[in-house]
Amino acid sequence: MPDTSKQNDWTKPAALTIPKGGFFADKVEQGRYGPIFPKTPACYGFSIIAKIKPGTEENFYKYARNIEQAVAGQPDVLAVLKLHYLRWNLFEINGDTYFQYMGIFDTDFDKYTEDAVAIFAATGLNTVFENLEGFPKDWKTNAAAFIKFVRDHHRPSFLEYGEYPYVSADEIKKALKVKAALGHMLDQMQ
Amino acid sequence: MLDFDDIQHILLTRVPALTGRYEFLSFRSAAGGRAWVSTIMEKVHSAQAMRESVDKDKRWVTVAFTWNGLRALGVDEALLATFPGEFRQGMAARAETLGDTGMNHPDNWVDKTASPDLHAIVILFARNEEERERCQAEHDKLLARCEGVERLSALELQAIPPFTHAHDHFGYRDRLSQPVIEGSGEEPTPGSGAPLKAGEFILGYPDEDGASANLPQPEILSRNGSFMAYRRLQEHVGSFRDFLRANGSRPEERELVAAKLMGRWRSGAPLVLSPDKDDPELGADPQRNNNFNYKQMDPHGYAAPLGSHIRRMNPRDTAVNMNRRRMIRRGATYGPPLPEGAPEDGKERGIAAFVICASLIRQFEFAQNVWVNDKNFHELGNERDPIIGNQDGTLEFKIPKRPIRKKITGLPAFTTVRGGAYFFLPGLKALRYLAALGNSQ
Repeated sequence: MPDTSKQNDWTKPAALTIPKGGFFADKVEQGRYGPIFPKTPACYGFSIIAKIKPGTEENFYKYARNIEQAVAGQPDVLAVLKLHYLRWNLFEINGDTYFQYMGIFDTDFDKYTEDAVAIFAATGLNTVFENLEGFPKDWKTNAAAFIKFVRDHHRPSFLEYGEYPYVSADEIKKALKVKAALGHMLDQMQ
Repeated sequence: MLDFDDIQHILLTRVPALTGRYEFLSFRSAAGGRAWVSTIMEKVHSAQAMRESVDKDKRWVTVAFTWNGLRALGVDEALLATFPGEFRQGMAARAETLGDTGMNHPDNWVDKTASPDLHAIVILFARNEEERERCQAEHDKLLARCEGVERLSALELQAIPPFTHAHDHFGYRDRLSQPVIEGSGEEPTPGSGAPLKAGEFILGYPDEDGASANLPQPEILSRNGSFMAYRRLQEHVGSFRDFLRANGSRPEERELVAAKLMGRWRSGAPLVLSPDKDDPELGADPQRNNNFNYKQMDPHGYAAPLGSHIRRMNPRDTAVNMNRRRMIRRGATYGPPLPEGAPEDGKERGIAAFVICASLIRQFEFAQNVWVNDKNFHELGNERDPIIGNQDGTLEFKIPKRPIRKKITGLPAFTTVRGGAYFFLPGLKALRYLAALGNSQ
């Protein structure tokens, strides 16, 4: 399992192998909706892979433009998810189109799952998930079904790496603010 | 319009009680259990009945059931399966998620509430001890008449003097921040936000997200009901006072440390509105004592530390979807007060409280899992709620201060969970439905 004592040392890049299934058997923390996937040097994350309903591909590109506009219009729209990065992909296997949704964030997904559902509804993220095979129709009122879909389609990493391990997005933003403030201070000293 | 004549009074109102008693029951026989329900339900006040006769009444009774209790009364398996998973599992099974580990683990609970044999709770609030004792004697007689209904444990409640205001054994004023239900007729105090849709607390009504969904079946059982998380929380008053003395040489310093842990002075005055010195008048004034926020008024926690109890239990404008996380709190203190200056006497004292909400997993469990026990709440890194979080002596509490913050390390546990359970709080029609289950079989 990960050595938590090393988690504060951001100066040492770290890699961590993860057992098959995605959990360290000796330390599986229970969240409200099930076991929590472990924090790694690359923080928390998920990689959701699901087949899309045939003929819906264009909806994904339309949705991408919606998200771009939503974030531009309200930059903190996704703040509660404590994200570093999100990546969306479409790819083909044997003529079927699959969707991959990969996120890296600072809190285990279980904690804010209802907030995520609310954001999905508010930002139109649902328009893309509803085009995935097996996505629960009653997801808006059934957080448990939503989280089950996410868990069923999450493909855990077997290896993760962090150049500045375990550092949160908030810590990075604080460091950049300090840098900007110091730069401003030095300007005043000229 | 709320069905005031069907909703149990505890959901909508507080009663003017100074004492009370909780009894935890087990039904060894379904018929005996139903006989008990059919008699006790006549003593249960609806919200409407309570309001009409509060001035002359001397006692108020509430009844609720565990999932095992509903089964023991004979509710059909297919219907039992429609109740939410966390309620079916029960609080003890959810211990890790709730942070009930170490000393707080259900193995250490003292009142048999972790047992699958726990089926029901009857909550008595009374104006005085005489009335409490009279009701207890009456209930003893009822239990004797109901074959197979057994008392697993009981807890006596007692308000702490002075009775001028509700407060806990640590001395903190209580009942300052409660959500108001739309249609209840209550007006929120300034700063408490708009009234919330009834479905956040009462089953069968639209909630903040729209129509109510996924209600337990049948509707007659769930409508006007709610879920209730019971927590028996021992307060280590001696240890708390030792801590204040160790962290403050003068009385004013000790009061400030106590205030920093809570986010309010013990008088109830919020630190955000009165950061440097206590203001008992402010603390006692409901028009002012809840009228503040954090994002604009105290973003860095210089007044109320980011990890203080009230910032965790109600983050106000520093969290999203707050309207979906609110909870109604009821309950009382138990055990003898520890006189000021007296050494710890080893007697158990604390708070025995109920958290009432429409969804245990979305409201109560979220608060426990994320707000109370997430060590990284607000990026704090190594903290849990200083009052009710799971503390094992390895965590810290940071008090923001210019130029350099104060960091208290090795925070002791001021509270320990001594019992707990999930209950379903049915409406009055549902009680009649449960009492009559045997008749149709």
